Order: sequence, then C-alpha cells, then structure tokens
Amino acid sequence: MSKELHYKSASELSELLEKKELSAVDLMKATIARTKEVEDKVGAFNSYDEVDALAQADASDARRAAGGSFGPLDGIPVGIKDNLAVNGQPLTCSSKMLEKFVSPYDATCIEKLKSQGAVLWGRLNLDEYAMGSSTENSAFKTTSNPWNLDCIPGGSSGGSAAAAAAGQAVMTLGSDTGGSIRQPASHCGVVGLKPTYGRVSRYGLAAFASSLDQVGPLTRNVKDAALLLQAISGHDERDSTSYKVSTPNFLEAMEKQRGHKWTLGLPKEYFATAADTPAMKPVLEAIEFYRSLGCEIKEVSLPHTDYAVATYYIIATAEASSNLARYDGIRYTHRAEKFDAKDSVDIYCQSRAEGFGEEVKRRVILGTYVLSSGYYDAYYLKAQKVRTLIRRDFENAFKEVDALLTPTSPTPAFKKGEKASDPLSMYLSDIYTISANLAGIPGMSLPCGYSDGLPVGLQILGKPFKEDELLSIAHEFEMAHDFKDQHPSL
Amino acid sequence: MEYEAVIGLEVHVQIKAESKIFSRVRAGYGHEPNTMVDPVVMGLPGALPVMNKAALDGIIKAGLALNCTIPESCKWDRKNYFYPDSPNNYQITQYDQPICDGGFVEIELPGHNRGEMGEHKKIALTRIHLENDVGKLNHFADDSLVDYNRAFTSLMEIVSEPDMRSGEEAFAFLTAIRQTMIYCGISDCDMEKGQMRADANISVRPVGQKELGQKIELKNLNSITGVKNGIEYEIKRQTRELKKGNTIKQATWRWNADLGQTEMMREKEDAHDYRYFPDPDLMPVRIDEDWKTKLQNEIPELPWDKQRRFIEEYDLPFSITSVLVPDRILSDWFEAAAKQEPKLAQAIGNLVANDLLRDLSEAGMSIDTCKITPDTLLGLVKVVDQGIIPKNVANKDVFPEMFKTGETAEEVIERKGLKPDFDEGQVKVWCQEAIDENPKPVQNYKDGNEKSLNALLGPVMKKSKGKANPQLVNKIIRELID
Repeated sequence: MSKELHYKSASELSELLEKKELSAVDLMKATIARTKEVEDKVGAFNSYDEVDALAQADASDARRAAGGSFGPLDGIPVGIKDNLAVNGQPLTCSSKMLEKFVSPYDATCIEKLKSQGAVLWGRLNLDEYAMGSSTENSAFKTTSNPWNLDCIPGGSSGGSAAAAAAGQAVMTLGSDTGGSIRQPASHCGVVGLKPTYGRVSRYGLAAFASSLDQVGPLTRNVKDAALLLQAISGHDERDSTSYKVSTPNFLEAMEKQRGHKWTLGLPKEYFATAADTPAMKPVLEAIEFYRSLGCEIKEVSLPHTDYAVATYYIIATAEASSNLARYDGIRYTHRAEKFDAKDSVDIYCQSRAEGFGEEVKRRVILGTYVLSSGYYDAYYLKAQKVRTLIRRDFENAFKEVDALLTPTSPTPAFKKGEKASDPLSMYLSDIYTISANLAGIPGMSLPCGYSDGLPVGLQILGKPFKEDELLSIAHEFEMAHDFKDQHPSL
Repeated sequence: MEYEAVIGLEVHVQIKAESKIFSRVRAGYGHEPNTMVDPVVMGLPGALPVMNKAALDGIIKAGLALNCTIPESCKWDRKNYFYPDSPNNYQITQYDQPICDGGFVEIELPGHNRGEMGEHKKIALTRIHLENDVGKLNHFADDSLVDYNRAFTSLMEIVSEPDMRSGEEAFAFLTAIRQTMIYCGISDCDMEKGQMRADANISVRPVGQKELGQKIELKNLNSITGVKNGIEYEIKRQTRELKKGNTIKQATWRWNADLGQTEMMREKEDAHDYRYFPDPDLMPVRIDEDWKTKLQNEIPELPWDKQRRFIEEYDLPFSITSVLVPDRILSDWFEAAAKQEPKLAQAIGNLVANDLLRDLSEAGMSIDTCKITPDTLLGLVKVVDQGIIPKNVANKDVFPEMFKTGETAEEVIERKGLKPDFDEGQVKVWCQEAIDENPKPVQNYKDGNEKSLNALLGPVMKKSKGKANPQLVNKIIRELID
C-alpha cells in the first residue's frame, strides 16, 4: 500500500510535483487537512495561515506550469519554528511578550526558502524564547508527543519535531542552542540536524544565546534533512558570525561516501553514566550495526564533559540576559496596562513581569548575575575558558575519529509535568547535546529504536563543516532499518 | 589658599558616513521621526548588527590625526543599561580594547593680542573608541516620544586625561578637535545638530596638592562657548565652596546656558554596573599596516602644521594665518594663488582675510560659490604690484566688480576706464613740478628728514586727479631729488 501523502518524503513529493501527478495546492490542502485532523491531539502550531499557504502553493504550481520551477523544494510545505522571522506573519517566540507582534521582515533562511519555492507553513510552538527542553515553557499551549500524548515532545523545537513526526508538515525548521533540535527530534522519532556554528545565517532568528544558536532542519528522513540544510546554508553578509565557506552538495557527497568505512568514536564520559538504562539499548545496537558494516569503533575521551552543563548555563544565560533586554514594553512588545508614566523603569518592570514566563525570568536573572561586576571573572570569564577546553577536547578526539556516536538524550520523552518544577533535572536532559553548541560543531539525531514505545535517538557529532559526513553516516543506518517509515498512530 | 582646577573632557563626535554604524540604513539629521530605521535600528527580534567599514575608516583616521596608537585589533562589547532611547537596551561599544590608544591634542591658548600667537600645549588623550549613538527622547506634558533616526549613527568617544586647568583650555581643546575633524572630513562637528557633544569632569584642589579633588560631572554643554562658560562657573563655585570649608559631593550637574549657571541634576550616581561583555554578534576587527597607511595618506596637512608653514613660507603675519588656517578650503584657496607668487603672498592674504571674507559674508556666500578665483585674485595683486593701478583703486573699485561679475582685474580696469590716461613720463613731469613748487620739504628731506617728502605726494595726486600710483610717485620723486 502506498504511504499516505502526509508521510511522504520531500524527495518523493518533489518527484510527483515535477511529473505533475500532484499539484502544490493539493499537497498543501492535504497538509492542512492532516494538520487539522491531528492538531487537537498534538498541538504543534501556535498559528497557521491557510490562505497565505495556499497562495504560495498556487504560485508554485504557476511556476511549474510555466516550466520555471525553483527546484526540489518548490511547492513543499515547510513548517517554521515561531522564533524565525517571516514577513507579515506573527513572530511570538511563544511568549506573551510578543503575542501581538508581526514580523516586518524575513529571516535569511526564510528568504532562501522563499527563493526556492518552499511553501512556508505555520508557526510552530517552542519553549518561550527557545528556553527549555519540553516545550512546556510556551506561554500559549503544551505540545504533545505524537507517540504518546501524555509525554512531552522535547524542546525547545517541540512544535517542529511533533509536526514533522505527525505529518503536519513535510519538514520543519528549528533552532538549536543546547540541543533544541536534536533532543525533540530524538523524542519524536525524526531526524534533526544542528549545523556547524556559522553554516546557517542567524539573521532573523530571535536570539537566545548568540554564540550558540543555529537554525537547522527536522525531517522524517536523512535525505530530506540534507535537502533542507542545503537550502538554508551559506554565508550571509547580514550575519557577521556566518562563515565564509562554500556549501557542498550534500546529496552528492552522501552518494560518494556510500559504504565508506568510518572511524567512529564513543566518548567514554557519555557512556559511563547511562550504560545500562533501557534507552541506551537501541543506541548500543546502532553502534553494533556500524561495527558490522566494517567501521572501526574506538573509545575516545572528552575529559571536560562534566563541566559542559555548568559552562553552558553561564554563557547562554549571560547572552540571553542581554539579548532579551530589547523586550522592554517601549516599542513593539507587550506593555503593562498600569505603570507609573513618569518612570520608564516602571514600564520595564511591569511589562517584563507580565510578559516573560518563569523560565525566561530565571535565566535572565541568572545571566545578569554572572555578568555583574565582581562575579564576571569567576563565572563568565571562567566559563569562556572552559568552553575553549571543551572545544579542544573535540579537536583532539577528531584527530582519531571521523565522528562520535552518543545517545541524544539520557531518557526517552518524559511525562508532561514530570520535570516542570525541577529545572535542574530538566537542564540535565541536554547533557549529551550541549557540548556540540559550546564547541560549535555539527550534530544530528537519528531515530534508532524505541524504549517503552517511545523513540530513541542516536546522536552523531562531527567535525566543523562536515555535515556531509554526518548525513552519510546516518544514511547508512537509515537504509538498513525501517524507522523512517514508522509513524505514530494518531 | 590658592586653588587650581583639574578638567577632563569626554567628547562624542559623530562620524560622517552614508549609512549607520551597524546597519545599512542611511544616516542623517532633520528627517521625519523614525524614518531612518530598519530591523537593526529598531532592535527587532532576530536583527543582527554588521560593522560599517566607513565608521572604522573614520575613527582610525581620527586616531592617526590625534597622534594615537592604533592596535592590531580591537573588539566590540555590550554595555548593558535600560533607557528608552536605546533600541536594544545595550550599547555596542569598546570596553577594554579601544581602536585608538593614547594620543594628544595640540591646543593654542589666546595670545596677548590678536596679532600674537598664544602658547601651544599638548593635552593627553586616554583613548578613542567607537560605539553606536542612541535615539532621541522628546518629552511632552503627558508622555514622551522616541525618535530612533539618530540611533546607530557612528559615534566616537574621545576621552582626555585630566590635563586641562581652565575653561579656556577646554575651549581650545574642543576647537582643535573640531578643526582636525573638519580638516580630515571625519565629521562636521556641528554641535547644534548634535554632531559633537561634550561632558566635563571638573575638580578643584589647593595648588601644590597632588591628589585630585572630588570631581563632578558637568553635562548639557551644548556649544563650545557653553563648555568654557560652564566650566569657568563651576570652577568658581567649587573654589568658593572649598574656601567656605565645605566639601564637594560627587554628583552630576548641568549647565543652564540661559541662566548662566550650573544646576545639580543628581547626586552620586547609583553605582552603575554596565555588565560589559564581548558582543557575540560581532567579530573582532584586525587592523593591518596597509589599512593604516592608506588612511594615513588620506590625512591632509593639519591646521597647526599649516599655520606654522604659512608663517614661514609666505611670511604671513600670525593674525592673517589665524583667519585663513581654521578653514581648510579657504586656506587651500589662498595657497592656490600664493604659491604662484610667494612674494605677493602677504597682499593676497590681506585681500582674502579682509576683503574677500567680508564680501562673502555680506553676500551670504561661501568660498565654493565665489566668482573670484585664486588666479584672478592673483591677477589683481599683480597689476597693483606692477604699478598699473594704485592699491586703493584696486581694493575699492576693481575688487568689488570682480566679486560681482567674475571678470579679471584687467577686464574691470578696461571696462571702467580705471587705467591712467597718462604714462610714466607725464608722472615724472608732475613730480618735477611738485619739487619745484615745494622747495621747503625738499630741503628738509635733503637734511635727513625722510618723511618730509610725503608733502609732495598730495600735489602730484591732485595733478593726476588721483590716478597716479602713489608708490610710483614716491619712487620718481626720490630719483629726481637724489
């Protein structure tokens, strides 16, 4: 039986569109129908604009009819995390602060998708300002894990992961500051890729922590991840931190690297603690799979791993405290109704007290503290030094191996509310993903099995700007398994 | 007890550039509020700053012109504070690695009179750094409105050492900076448009005491004269307080130019913690030798150097150089004429500094639109030098016509029939007649009274109906008698 339209891959759909066996409008209609069918259960979307999406699809059909398709993404619905600026669409960051804000401009990655004909579809839920690991920190709604509606989808790109898993979009964009693409991807059984820092422009991504944030794809298979990453990569003169490096053709590179015998490293620090948890089983099996392919599996050491979470929460919150200062009640944000008009400080205090949620406040306060005079050297400066050591750990490991294999998350998706009152245990759900952001290296999560019916992700970490190798390694596994064709029953 | 003041200045200068410092939006003054903005300037979610190279060129040039050291690299920091005129609630600035280190400003203090050069002094600089300007708050009865047009204009902050001792020195300091900036094309430094703004740190201490007195910060100094007056007022006030046995409290004061007095704004600042940290959105800037050399080559001869050269090369009196030199275009204009005939430079300088500037200002014109060119002005000085027309005719009759019509001196002389209708032989005849008719002054001259010959000038001028050239007449009379 041929698979439902809403679970087809971008490359399959692209072929149908190209052959004119399917129109972009019909695809979009099916996507809308699917979204509505399951949205009550999943709750991935903050908002969507059917009229606008159908108009985009219509324009795509017109291009194809005139023989001027923009390429493989033309007509493919792509869901967008609600912290990426799309001209004329809401940009809420799932915060009350931006509840009524409509972006007057496009992010660079959005501009690129538009120029390739992708149909931008919906605004996907996230933890407020991307701060969180469960999407429970959204000011608007809780998103459910499509595999078990009592569970969280992970976060912060929980809406993006859930929508991709539930077939509410062909693929989605997320952002990853400490694991926010990879962790929800692993929880929802989809592929998630955080590119090398500087590979994708951050222009138009509402900043959480500028030196860590990256935009990346969440898709139902590896090839689609390559396709979407291809579309958004490249130097951008509007982002000084985007890297001047050419983008390889990822699909071609994957083809060339097929059957390559990779040398893969297992960071012993990642396996020491969680070796016998049920969630580890599929990961260990995946490792055995690579060994069976003839890949060399080596134990390596990342000695500063223990410091990663602490380092991350100093640097990320310091940058966040400054990045979020612009949400002040003066220009475009929520403004408290009652304040002392003679005192601008009162506007700030009242508006921010009302506009920000608890986790955001916690991180702004933490970040303000670590940057304060008298504490700067002990916290921020020290954290920057440790960050250098963590980066060096990876440089050393990559002298011996091509890539590292680890679990993406210590556990599969947990129950809603389980960790909501315990921020520290929530922070620890990112222990395997955080280091890649600190080091700036690419990382991806690949579905590799289940634990108690919930998906488990294998994390592959690679050398800077070697996303092609990650994709190739992931593709080998995907081709030998059928996880990409397994979907939650909704 | 005698007291002395110690003054340091913080001078903000906007760099003249097409676009803003971290955005591509056009920079400018006097436009409809909030029309020169984009996502970066408004601090929208997702907007990122990108360095404008023109601003870097400007500050490096300023640093080179003010004798600073330019390090190999500099970086950007965020200065965090909440204020409605600041779109991001942080300013992008340079905390510990400014783009210009040290340096000094050469200043001139007033001389004893206008004709005499005053004392020159070097005021040391601490640093110059680059940052983004902020918007402007407009206060009304019930609310305040913000205009972000000025936000993200390139702004440099020039910080002096506490090296000044009087309002006059501060005045000279700002004047020198202003002239240098204008000379180099870095800024127009129009204080009315906010292109240059200054805050002063002022303290007073007993003469001979090493430690500095308690300083106050003086703000709202809206003109160079305001800086001078405000500082002088504040020095007197602090001295008076100290003499009364009172102490000075750390505070911020403002200059009220209308009332001519300083007023306290706020006592001891709440200890500001700006939580500086490196801006993760911007990469450090590397400044190589080629870049510096290129900018160094764009710096013109600076005012003090030019003044010293004018005095030496053209033998100009100080009073004329002090009119010409502050204006780069005017002094270049002068030199375009003077370098062709250096021995006539004084006469050229006189005409430019007196007649030309007067007529330009009366006509509300600038030197750029002047119809007289350096060459035609030189022509006028030449015809006087050659004795073709007397100087008073040149100044009174020829120059104003040239100014109006743009004709050459010869053309005006020809058209108005100003050229004498007699030759040198005729002048000689009139001179001989005058000698014969006035034996007494002639005798006095022969007895050694040089000046007595002046008595013969009048009669000759009368015979020539005022058209004879007095210098020529003098010369002929002497020749005839000797």
